[in-house]
Amino acid sequence: MDKMVPYPSNSIVPERDLDKKPILETHHLGVDFGGLTAVDDFSITVGRTEISGLIGPNGAGKTTVFNLLTNVYQPTRGDIMLDGMTTARKTCFQVNKMGIARTFQNIRLFSNMSVLDNVKIGLHNSINQNLFSAMTHLFNYGKSEKAARDEAMSLLEFFDMQDVADSEAGSLPYGAQRRLEIARALATHPKIILLDEPAAGMNPSETSELMENIRRIRDNFGIAVLLIEHDMKLVMNICEGICVLDHGKVIAKGSPDEIKSNPKVIEAYLGKKKEGDANA
Amino acid sequence: MTFLSNLINGISLGSVYAIIALGYTMVYGIAKMLNFAHGDVIMVGAYASYCTMIYLGWHPLLSILFSIVVCTLLGVIIEAFAYKPLRRAGSLAVLITAIGVSYLLQNVALLIWGSTPKVFTSVVNFEPLSFFGGKLTITAESIVTVLACIVIMICLTLFTQKTKIGKAMRAVSEDKDAAELMGINVNTTISITFAVGSALAAVAGVLLCSSYPTLVPTTGSMPGIKAFTAAVFGGIGSIPGAMLGGILLGIIEIFSKSYISTSLSDAIVFAVLILVLLIKPTGILGKKITEKV
Amino acid sequence: MRKFKSINKFTRTGIISYLLVILGFAIIFPLQQLGLINHSLSGQLVPICTYIVMALSLNLTVGFLGELSLGHAGFVSVGAFSGVIAAAGLQDKIAFEPLRLLIAVIIGGICAGIVGLIIGVPVLRLRGDYLAIVTLAFGEIIKNIINCLYVGVDKSGLHISMNDVKSLGMENGKIILNGPQGAVGIDQISSFTAGVILILFALFIILNLVNSKSGRAVMAIRDNRIAAESVGINISKYKLIAFITSSVLAGMAGVVYAMNYSTIVAKKFDFNTSILILVFVVLGGMGNIVGTIIATVVLYMLPELLREFSDFRMLIYAVILIVVMLLTNNEKVKLILSNTTGKLLSKSGKIIKWKGSADNG
Repeated sequence: MDKMVPYPSNSIVPERDLDKKPILETHHLGVDFGGLTAVDDFSITVGRTEISGLIGPNGAGKTTVFNLLTNVYQPTRGDIMLDGMTTARKTCFQVNKMGIARTFQNIRLFSNMSVLDNVKIGLHNSINQNLFSAMTHLFNYGKSEKAARDEAMSLLEFFDMQDVADSEAGSLPYGAQRRLEIARALATHPKIILLDEPAAGMNPSETSELMENIRRIRDNFGIAVLLIEHDMKLVMNICEGICVLDHGKVIAKGSPDEIKSNPKVIEAYLGKKKEGDANA
Repeated sequence: MTFLSNLINGISLGSVYAIIALGYTMVYGIAKMLNFAHGDVIMVGAYASYCTMIYLGWHPLLSILFSIVVCTLLGVIIEAFAYKPLRRAGSLAVLITAIGVSYLLQNVALLIWGSTPKVFTSVVNFEPLSFFGGKLTITAESIVTVLACIVIMICLTLFTQKTKIGKAMRAVSEDKDAAELMGINVNTTISITFAVGSALAAVAGVLLCSSYPTLVPTTGSMPGIKAFTAAVFGGIGSIPGAMLGGILLGIIEIFSKSYISTSLSDAIVFAVLILVLLIKPTGILGKKITEKV
Repeated sequence: MRKFKSINKFTRTGIISYLLVILGFAIIFPLQQLGLINHSLSGQLVPICTYIVMALSLNLTVGFLGELSLGHAGFVSVGAFSGVIAAAGLQDKIAFEPLRLLIAVIIGGICAGIVGLIIGVPVLRLRGDYLAIVTLAFGEIIKNIINCLYVGVDKSGLHISMNDVKSLGMENGKIILNGPQGAVGIDQISSFTAGVILILFALFIILNLVNSKSGRAVMAIRDNRIAAESVGINISKYKLIAFITSSVLAGMAGVVYAMNYSTIVAKKFDFNTSILILVFVVLGGMGNIVGTIIATVVLYMLPELLREFSDFRMLIYAVILIVVMLLTNNEKVKLILSNTTGKLLSKSGKIIKWKGSADNG
C-alpha cells in the first residue's frame, strides 16, 4: 500500500498518483431536499488509481453523495470535476459516458435478461452499430455483435462467471448478482467506479473474494474505486484513503490508520457501536 | 349572457364529471388500478333508476336510492370476483380485466334493454329558473347537479378526514403493507372504497341522464373516459383534484363546443389535458412522486 | 432438437414466428384461390393480417419498452387515411396496383411515424398511468381531427379543408375524405398476400431490433430505468426509437387495412380498437412475439366462431377475457403451468434459484 501524501488542492492521494491529475474532485458539494440539508460542504479528491472508502453511520448521506456524483440528483451547491471536467448540467447517462460507473445498494440488474446481455448493455456506448444495421442486421452488425460478445465474455471470465452467461440475471445467487453488477459497470469503460455497499449480505469468504476482486479491478483496468461499505474489515484492509461522513458533513479524511485513531470518528461513529465491529 | 349560460352549463356538466371522477380517483388512490368498468357502472345506475321509474312508477328519489343500492352491490361484487384475485398481479392484467368487466356490463345491458335508446325522464321536476326577463335560463337539473356535487364533495372530505374507515382508506392508499401491519383490514377497506365509488357512479348516472336523456348500453363509456381524464387532470388520487378537474373539464368542453367547434370539442378537451400534464406531470393538485435510488 | 434449443432465444423465436406465418400463408392461400374458404372468412384474412401487425407493433411499446399505450389505434388511423389519400392521388399516375399499394404503405408509415415523433417527444417524459392517459387522449384527438377533415383531389392536386366539401373549391374533383363519412371510394388494392408480406416485414424489423444494441437498450429501460441510465443509455432516445418504430408499423398496417374496404371512417380507430389491440398483446404475452400472433388470430376469430350464439357472443367474449386473465394470474395455475412448460422449456434442466439473504441488502 502506497504512502498517502497531501494533494495540492484539498486532500490526499496515493503517492503514485501524485503527478497525475486526480480522477475525481468535488468542491464544497451540497444538496438540500426541501428544507433538509442532506449533504453539505463535501470535498474529496480521488487519485487516478486510488481505492478509497466513504463510510459513516446509517443516514449519513453516503448514497446521496453517490447520487450526486452520478447526477441522479443535481447538487444545490458546489461542483464536481470528473477527470478535470465539470459534470454540472449533465444527465446521468452523459456522466457515465464521461467515465463514472456505479453499482447500487439494492441491486439493479436487468433481471429478465441473460447475464451476457446485462454486460452487453453495459458495453452499449462502445458497440459500433447504427439503428439501420440494428434493424436489418446488415453491414457491421455481425462484426459489432461479435466484438461485444467477446468483450462481454472476457469481463465475465474476469469474475469467473462465464458458465452462467446464458442464465437469466434475476435467477443468479445473491453474490453473483453483485459481481454481475460490477461487471456491467466495468463494461462502460469507466475511469472510476463507485460501489455502493458491495459486501452487503455476503459471508466472510465471499467478502474476502470481493476484496481481492476490487484490487484486481484497480490493477487490471487501472481505474479508481470509491466504495461505500459498513464492513470495517473490508474498508480498513483495502482502502487507501477514507472519508467519514456524518449528518451530511465530512468529519474526517485520511489513511485507515488516521481514521482509526481519529477521536471525532470514534465519537460519532465507532463510539456508538458497542460491539466494536471496527476492530480490524 | 350566452357566456353566463355556457358557464353554468359547463359547471353542471363538470359536476357530473367530478362525481364520476371521484369514484375513479378513490379507487385509483387505494387499489392503484384504472377501473375502466366505472363508466359502465354509471350506465347500470341510470338503467336501474329508469326501470323503477318507468315500469314500476316509483318516486324519483326512491328510484335514485334503489339505483345507489344496485350500483354499490355491483361495485362490491365486481371487486370481489374480478379484481380481488388480481391484487398481486401486474397493473396491466388488472386493466385488461377491468376492460373485460366493462364489455361484460355493456353486453348484459344490451341483452336486457336492447340497443334502442331509452328516453330518460328527468328525476328533477321543477321549472327552470329564469333571470333577466328570460335572457338567462338555468335548468333545474343544472342546479340539482351542482348542489349534489357540492354536498358529495363535503361529505366525502368529512368521511375521509374524520371517520375511522376514511382514515383507514387514506392509510391504505399511502402504503398498503404498512396499513396492514397496523391492523387495518386492507381487503375490507378496498371493498368499501369500491362501494362508495360505485354509489357515486349511480348518482352521476342519474344526474347525467337527467340532463342528457338518451340512455343506451354505451352511455357510460365516453363520460367515463372523460371523467377519468378529469381525475388525471386534477391529479389522480386526490379528491379535491378530481373535483377541480371535473369542473374545469366540463367548462372547457361546453366553451369549446359553443365558441370553437362542436365536432372538435373532444379534441380540445384532450389537448388541454395533455398540456396540463406536460407542464405538471402529476396533474394540477397531484403530489410529486420522487423515486428512491 | 438439442441443437435447436442451444440457439439464442431470440433467434429461436424468430424461426418459429417466420415459420408460423409462412406456413399459415402456404395453407390458406391455395385454399382461398380454389375458393374453398367461405366468404366471411375470406373477408377476414386481410384484417387478421393487419391486426397481427398492429399487435406486434404495440408489443414493441408495451412488451419491450414497458410503457402502456392506450392510443395505438390513432397511429393506425393516421397511416390508414394518409395511405388512402396517397393511393387516390396516385391512381392515375401509377397503374400497377402492388406498386401503388407499396407507395401508399410507405407514405402511411412515414406519416404515422411523424405523428409518433410529435407525440413521443413531449409525452415519453411521463411515466406509467400518466403516459397511458396521454396516449389515450392523443388517440381521441387524432380520431376527432380526421373526423373533421375534408380532402379531395382534382387536376391541380390535393385540396384539404376542415370545414366542408364546398370549401375544398374543386372543379370536377374527386372527394377522398368526406368528414364524418370518412374515406369514400377507396380502391381496394390490398390483398391477403400484401398482408402476409407486411407481417413478415414487421417480424423482420422487430426481431432484428430486439436482438441488437438498440433493442437491448430498450429492454434495459423496461427492466430498470435507473440502471439503464447509469450504464450510459440515453433513455429518451431509445424510448423514442421504440415508440416511432411502433407507430410506423402501426401506420403501415392501417394502410393495408383501409385499402381492403371501399369506405372507412375515423370512428373505426377509436379507443375501443386501441384496447382490442392491447388485449391481443396482453393475452399473447408481453414481449412474446409468437404468442401475440396466436392470440390475435384466436381472439379475432373468436367472435366469428361464436356467431351461432349471436347475441351472446360479445358477452361470452367478455367472460373469456376475464376468466383468462384470472387464470393466468392465479398462483396455483401458474405453478401448474410452469411445472409442465418448465420441463419442456428449461434449457439444461437445472434451474438456479435465488438464495440470497435479502434482509441484509
